[in-house]
Amino acid sequence: MSDAMTATETGGSPSSLYLDRIRTMRHVRNGKERVIEAILFVAAFCAVAVTVAIVAILLYEASTFFAHVSLVEFLTGTEWTPLFERASYGMLPLLVGTVVTSFIAFVVAGPLGFLIAMYLSEFAPPKLAEVLKPFLELLAGVPTIVYGYFALLFVTPLLQKIIPGLPGFNMLSAGLVMGLMIVPYVASVAEDAMRAVPMALREGSYAMGATRFQTAMWVVLPASFSGVMAAFVLGISRAVGETMIVAIAAGQQPNFTFDPREPAATITAYIVQVAMGDLPHGSIGYQSIFAVGLVLVVITLVFNLIGQMLRRRIREVY
Amino acid sequence: MSEQNNATIVSEPLKAETRKFNFYYGDNHALKNVDLPVAERMVTALIGPSGCGKSTLLRSFNRMHDLYPGNRYEGEIRLYPDDVNLVSPAVDPIEIRMRISMVFQKPNPFPKTIFENVAYGLMVRGEKRRSVLEEKVEEALRGAALWEEVKDRLDDLAFNLSGGQQQRLCIARALAADPEIILFDEPTSALDPIATASIEELIAEIKEKVTILIVTHNMQQAARISDYTAFMYLGELVEFGRTDELFVRPRKKQTEDYITGRFG
Ligand SMILES: Nc1ncnc2c1ncn2[C@@H]1O[C@H](COP(=O)(O)OP(=O)(O)OP(=O)(O)O)[C@@H](O)[C@H]1O
Ligand SMILES: [Mg+2]
Repeated sequence: MSDAMTATETGGSPSSLYLDRIRTMRHVRNGKERVIEAILFVAAFCAVAVTVAIVAILLYEASTFFAHVSLVEFLTGTEWTPLFERASYGMLPLLVGTVVTSFIAFVVAGPLGFLIAMYLSEFAPPKLAEVLKPFLELLAGVPTIVYGYFALLFVTPLLQKIIPGLPGFNMLSAGLVMGLMIVPYVASVAEDAMRAVPMALREGSYAMGATRFQTAMWVVLPASFSGVMAAFVLGISRAVGETMIVAIAAGQQPNFTFDPREPAATITAYIVQVAMGDLPHGSIGYQSIFAVGLVLVVITLVFNLIGQMLRRRIREVY
Repeated sequence: MSEQNNATIVSEPLKAETRKFNFYYGDNHALKNVDLPVAERMVTALIGPSGCGKSTLLRSFNRMHDLYPGNRYEGEIRLYPDDVNLVSPAVDPIEIRMRISMVFQKPNPFPKTIFENVAYGLMVRGEKRRSVLEEKVEEALRGAALWEEVKDRLDDLAFNLSGGQQQRLCIARALAADPEIILFDEPTSALDPIATASIEELIAEIKEKVTILIVTHNMQQAARISDYTAFMYLGELVEFGRTDELFVRPRKKQTEDYITGRFG
């Protein structure tokens, strides 16, 4: 903009009747833009500031916890018993609970979300896709507590018919339902990535005599690969942070096991449990939720960063 | 318009021919009673102002319009020597696309390696034997005058090539499928003059083996590389003739106005 201004000024083109007006308006215009810029900057700054503040508070609160418990014990210990007389704070049981439930969720949501995305983007007639997509979004809008009770009261009894002796609380049921919950999310991010593939590429493939399926697998998929990976990673990150479903359906008992049939608490489930008042404020046990919270934030942050990076990659290719 | 005359202008055997061909994008009647003969192993150029239907006609030859709903062909495009009407619903568009390749306006290499790009048409046909693929890929790349430049980097991603190289890669991709006709839609409009010259040279070589139908906005290009030229206007084929005649002695006023740049 300022380039154009200088050009008119130095060129001194007499042809424009508006020249004087444009010149007098210049500072008004610049002033306006500065105000808008400032507002936008504050908005962006707030978002960053909140994130930083959350991490800072977590760090601060966690530091009082780590004054009593060593980092090594925290990260490598296999017993999490903050309520016991002789409490131990090894977070691996919680971490494993989170990993197992998230893994089960991913096993459901990855393939299913991918197939739905592929169908909607490459195979479904446009009209049908328009009808189906709102349903997916509806599914994504269901409060997670509903999913939690769905897992506990419907899926678990169903699983108990297949797996005799399955406890009422178990990671399998929670993970499966959590998978269902993130399917729409994975599908929609992956579908965006596939739709971003230029039509010219598909046409190139069809013009070689390829079928719809060949085009989808050999051209659209590699072209949207990083976007699909982003969908997976962001989906996993959601599963890791999900709270209600696991708190309700997987139980709240820390349990160091990789067996999905067992009940176990996840990091998030533990945080709700403590936050709801099982431990007195200010106690080490209470402070522990900030320590595990920090771990949770770091995990999801890493996943989100990877996801966003992958997502950006597709934008750059085209 | 004297319909029967167009085919008699051609002295070579015909590779294809549209007869009373109409095309509709939904309600938009984009091509009207087009009678275009396509001489075997010759270059036929389609020229005309923007929006006159050149791409629409070209893309009818490989049934590209089947990909989108609401499109409708009417009339015939006969493909010789088997004399089938290739736009008939009874004819499999995939078979047609395997026989008639296409090179697009903007180079559109696949997000794959150079090798896989060229081998694509063969892989689509189910060819998996490495030796066959290698042989065909080399032959096609040589045919597209790209072999020397890429022979040591066949496993590089095709995106890393320059625009002109990418377009030659797309030509190699088309050639590797052993097509009977190659359709070119303004293949040089995104390229610089040097890359353009090399593509034009290539077309002159390819036509020894393959029939070529090319859309171009560049009249000099049409004059340089084509044997026959069709001038289109508002969805109609206004004039068809030998290129050396059409550009020197156009029979229609509209054609003359267009080629002398006095249009509209
Ligand atoms: N997908 C489409 N849906 C509806 N109408 C279309 C579509 N594509 C093209 N048309 C219309 O059909 C007519 C012919 O278009 P076409 O693209 O064949 O022109 P063209 O001669 O190739 O032009 P250009 O030289 O600009 O490429 C135009 O009026 C155009 O607006
Ligand atoms: Mg066009």
